[in-house]
Amino acid sequence: MGMSIFYILLLFIVIAALIAVETKDLLSSVICVGAIGFGGSLMFLFLRAPDIAITQIVVEVLGLIILIRATISRDLTFITGDREFFGMVVSIVILFVIFLVGLKVFETLPDFGTSIFSIAPDAPSRTYIKDGLSGTGAANLVSAVILDFRAYDTLGEASVLFTSIIGATVILRKKSRKLLEETDE
Amino acid sequence: MKGMSLIVKTIGSWVKMLIFVFGVYIVLFGHLTPGGGFAGGVILASSYILLMLAFGKEQAQKNLPLSLVSRLDCLGAILFVFIAVIGLAFGGAFFVNFLHRQYWPGEPFALISAGIIPLSNIVIGLKVGASLFMVVFILSIFRPESPGDKKE
Repeated sequence: MGMSIFYILLLFIVIAALIAVETKDLLSSVICVGAIGFGGSLMFLFLRAPDIAITQIVVEVLGLIILIRATISRDLTFITGDREFFGMVVSIVILFVIFLVGLKVFETLPDFGTSIFSIAPDAPSRTYIKDGLSGTGAANLVSAVILDFRAYDTLGEASVLFTSIIGATVILRKKSRKLLEETDE
Repeated sequence: MKGMSLIVKTIGSWVKMLIFVFGVYIVLFGHLTPGGGFAGGVILASSYILLMLAFGKEQAQKNLPLSLVSRLDCLGAILFVFIAVIGLAFGGAFFVNFLHRQYWPGEPFALISAGIIPLSNIVIGLKVGASLFMVVFILSIFRPESPGDKKE
């Protein structure tokens, strides 16, 4: 046990991601995306973060439903055509830059499994852990952080969701498209 | 879009209430157990999405009209800001947990505790559930005119 479960899950996720990118069938690609999310959710669960695991798996299921509804029973279930040379070069360069930056970032992180306090003793999360129950009264510390200490983040998230739903409603509704066509003619 | 087979409809009509109650539980106990407004709202939305997938769009529209969903979405958003502004009025700061600090401390680990956190959870659950159901509904209505689409 120990670390090996994470390596197994990581291998599973990497294989699923490669299949999702490389396969020609759109439906199996979508299913592989779902497998990636499921592996991530299991990883969060083994890392003892059940809040994020619940959210991850629920959102993954919903996203999978939306993607399957969008891809199935359409004529575009197969991807054709080759990749462009320029786009491939650009993506390889961007990936290389991200890899170099990631090396620098991961040097500063503490070892896997040790807390952030070993390198940053006065991190603000120490206050959250110490005063979470007495300051907010919430037994679930994640709720205490996202709805009390950092409620502005939640307000921003809610407004982002609200704006995106408004955008989807305006772009995708049928009635106004017909009305627009009629006024054009 | 007249829904799926009889087996799916029967199972769906049994399971949808269980999913709904589980979503309500996740929302209400968000300050005590893992979960919270966002996850619970998505579960609430998925119960209605199951209804929509199993029984077709017309049935879902009859149960939960799109205008009502849109109103619930806006209501959730404005109530969340309203809770924050009440904190400004009574506690002295935007989003301060005035209910816990001044008026009603409550017992830790009790259902009614933690001040505004359960209220915010309920409001966010309402908002997230309504908006995610709305986006799935709109995406299922929307059909791009592709050349292979001969059914409609």
